[in-house]
Amino acid sequence: MTKMKLLLATLLGATMLASGAAQSKTLVYCSEGSPEGFDPAPFTAGTTFDASSKPLYNRLVEFKRGTSEVMPGLAESWEVSSDGLEYTFKLRKGVKFQTTDFFTPSRDFNADDVVFSFERQLKKDHPWNQYTAGIAWEYFDGMSMPDLLKSVEKVDDNTVKFVLNRPEAPMIANLAMDFASIMSAEYAAKLEADGKKELLNQQPVGTGPFKFVAYQKDAVIRYAAHEGYWAGKQPIDDLVFAITTDASVRQQKLKAGECHVAPYPNPADLADLKADANLQVMEQEGLNVGYLAYNSLVAPFDKPEVRKALNMAINKQSILDAVFQGAGKEAKNPIPPTMWSYNDAVQDDGYDPEAAKKMLEAAGVKDLKMKIWAMPVQRPYNPNARRMAELIQSDFSKIGVGVEIVSYEWGEYLKLSKEKDRDGAVLLGWTGDNGDPDNFLAVLLGCDAVGGSNRAQWCNKDFEALVQKAKTVSDKAERTKLYEDAQVVFKREAPWATIAHSVVFMPMSKKVSGYVMDPLGGHWFDGVDIAE
Amino acid sequence: MFAFLLRRIGLIIPTFIGVTIAAFAFVRVLPGDPVLLMAGERGVTPERHAALMKQFGFDRPIYEQYFDYFFSALQGDLGSSLVTKKPVWDEFFTLFPATLELSICAIIFAVFIGVPAGIYAATRRGSWPDQTIMGTALVGYSMPIFWWGLLLIILFSGILGWTPVSGRISLLYFFKPVTGFMLIDSLLSGQKGAFSSAVSHLILPTIVLGTIPLAVVARQTRSAMLEVLSEDYVRTARAKGMSPMRVVGVHALRNAMIPVITTIGLQVGVLLAGAILTETIFSWPGIGKWMVDSIFRRDYPSVQGGLLMIAVIVMTVNLIVDLLYGLVNPRIRHVR
Repeated sequence: MTKMKLLLATLLGATMLASGAAQSKTLVYCSEGSPEGFDPAPFTAGTTFDASSKPLYNRLVEFKRGTSEVMPGLAESWEVSSDGLEYTFKLRKGVKFQTTDFFTPSRDFNADDVVFSFERQLKKDHPWNQYTAGIAWEYFDGMSMPDLLKSVEKVDDNTVKFVLNRPEAPMIANLAMDFASIMSAEYAAKLEADGKKELLNQQPVGTGPFKFVAYQKDAVIRYAAHEGYWAGKQPIDDLVFAITTDASVRQQKLKAGECHVAPYPNPADLADLKADANLQVMEQEGLNVGYLAYNSLVAPFDKPEVRKALNMAINKQSILDAVFQGAGKEAKNPIPPTMWSYNDAVQDDGYDPEAAKKMLEAAGVKDLKMKIWAMPVQRPYNPNARRMAELIQSDFSKIGVGVEIVSYEWGEYLKLSKEKDRDGAVLLGWTGDNGDPDNFLAVLLGCDAVGGSNRAQWCNKDFEALVQKAKTVSDKAERTKLYEDAQVVFKREAPWATIAHSVVFMPMSKKVSGYVMDPLGGHWFDGVDIAE
Repeated sequence: MFAFLLRRIGLIIPTFIGVTIAAFAFVRVLPGDPVLLMAGERGVTPERHAALMKQFGFDRPIYEQYFDYFFSALQGDLGSSLVTKKPVWDEFFTLFPATLELSICAIIFAVFIGVPAGIYAATRRGSWPDQTIMGTALVGYSMPIFWWGLLLIILFSGILGWTPVSGRISLLYFFKPVTGFMLIDSLLSGQKGAFSSAVSHLILPTIVLGTIPLAVVARQTRSAMLEVLSEDYVRTARAKGMSPMRVVGVHALRNAMIPVITTIGLQVGVLLAGAILTETIFSWPGIGKWMVDSIFRRDYPSVQGGLLMIAVIVMTVNLIVDLLYGLVNPRIRHVR
């Protein structure tokens, strides 16, 4: 009994000390995983970007918070040549790099830093191209930047010119992505001189709103407000990422006040979180789409009327209820409603099994047997692919279509689903990278992507002409019209059954203010405050 | 004793070679590869896939990759993680103290409660305390760790607010790790309240990880004690008027401890397996969680290096147990 009292007294003491010690404004974010590193360019995971590019770095252009629109960042302004091949950026003056325990900058940000940040990814013979063993510039390459970018040139200390091999309207949006974060060339030179290049990925220095303090692997990342931040010091003094991989535990920590913000709640916990008087739950439609892609190269799925009939047999509402548990919205277009150029005038193929049955008969399809591929993993655009496949199986059985559900290990799934002679329709989805419609329409449905990320293996000349033209046009209104038309063609041809866009929830303490949800799925803490 | 030691060490060599083969093969028989998983939905062209596999050295003949791994491992080089690009050896030893600290606490918890509970149950065979202890042990053994952990968190951290939810120490304390053992480092830091915070963070994970070993130890102690208590020499000791406490505590316990020590040794493997789940629930930055992440990412060097290190640790602990066994029971070390 005495021991129990002692234990309780110790715990009470610790709690009192904890509350007494909370003097500086510290915001604790219970992040869902560990970063792969702190140099964002070699990585692709959102968890890594949340811990690196967002708090620590800036880019030439930035996404306007809460939107996928681009605004000036480290570049104050830019000009595009009439042929669309040259982008000239005027750089912001007086931007300071962070001063840390391990580096004190001697100069402000300038054109050398921009050239360094891109050339290390572009040039295979650059001394920083392979600065640690096996490094790959996955996003830079994935966005086709090596083919697109001819050179990055310093015009003077405050001017940089990007020369392209072909016009590319989404170029500016690409430069707002995490891989385009601007590193310090001076810090890199110091590390190179010290023979410690690998520290670029472990002890980061950037121009961003927070500076790196310490990382205890798989446990805690600590940041402090960057005193000399060009956009002004942050309202909070310290930012702490408490790495908490399990969603139920994140929920408990949030409720217990051990963290102030916790992402990715379990859908089943939302009611409990919303009912908590100390918490607020923000929500926003995610910049994603979950779909069922038919193989348009294989009969009878090569006929649009067959694909349309199958689409009409799917009861999307029951999928939203059972799979998304309310955290989703029916999809009718291949791009999400939060993206510019979304065509709301498009009419979805409504749920009508009787009409679907007749359409199949009219198309001469009888006793159809098909496979539906169910992903083995949970993704934001599809929380439970197996369940979704079962519901579609049940829907299709009502119009006389027999479905066999198949699944593979995730890596195999991604590989096999790309094959042109693939048997069956594939459940998959996409989360946007840069907020540009091209990032959905060309990447997922373009002719170049057949046999790759175009899982429907669908190449339609009308659609392709619209999307390719939109790539070369810099006028946004004109691009919008082209993408709207492309969505009409998509709906007419129905290469996919568009299933849902997920809704992203963000529970946090009511003490937190100024948090803005990012449609691109990132987590930003600049401008966020916490009541004492 | 020296010959016994040599014989035991001799057995470790083929086991070590077997483990390197198993660890190397295990991660490669899993479908998918690191490049495909890294690319995700975005995908990767066959040319780029081949280029990356070549860059990682996975295009070489499989035997060449194995021998490279084997001889490098002998020299203490386990390669670098494909994900973090850091040496696997460094990553392992950064995280291992957390797992070791938790495992030691869990085994102490299991032994200090399990052994007395087993003895008590044995000396009162068939009574309600015996049935209660054994029933509880069975429940403890059958309990899914994940469910048990969440249940304790919801009760003690959520509802009662007695313990922290997860982590190793309150985020208010910040000091550079010296030993990697939070209990020691918190003392060394000199920060007021740091040690008690570290202790409070250890309570729930220790209980969760220690529950299964506790149940096993209690049941094993009971059955071993029952066997020894029915021996002639125990009856003789009782007949000579020795106090029950001395009969059980001195004469019976020493012999009953032999199988119990073996059981405790075998629990090391169970602890490391349990650590994977316990660490995930309690956000405990140890090797269990690291291994799971590495497997999901097909991080070949981390998985094969981590598995090898864990196997070496289990083998070493079992060797120590064998030697302890020899010390406790002289007949064992004299067997030819």
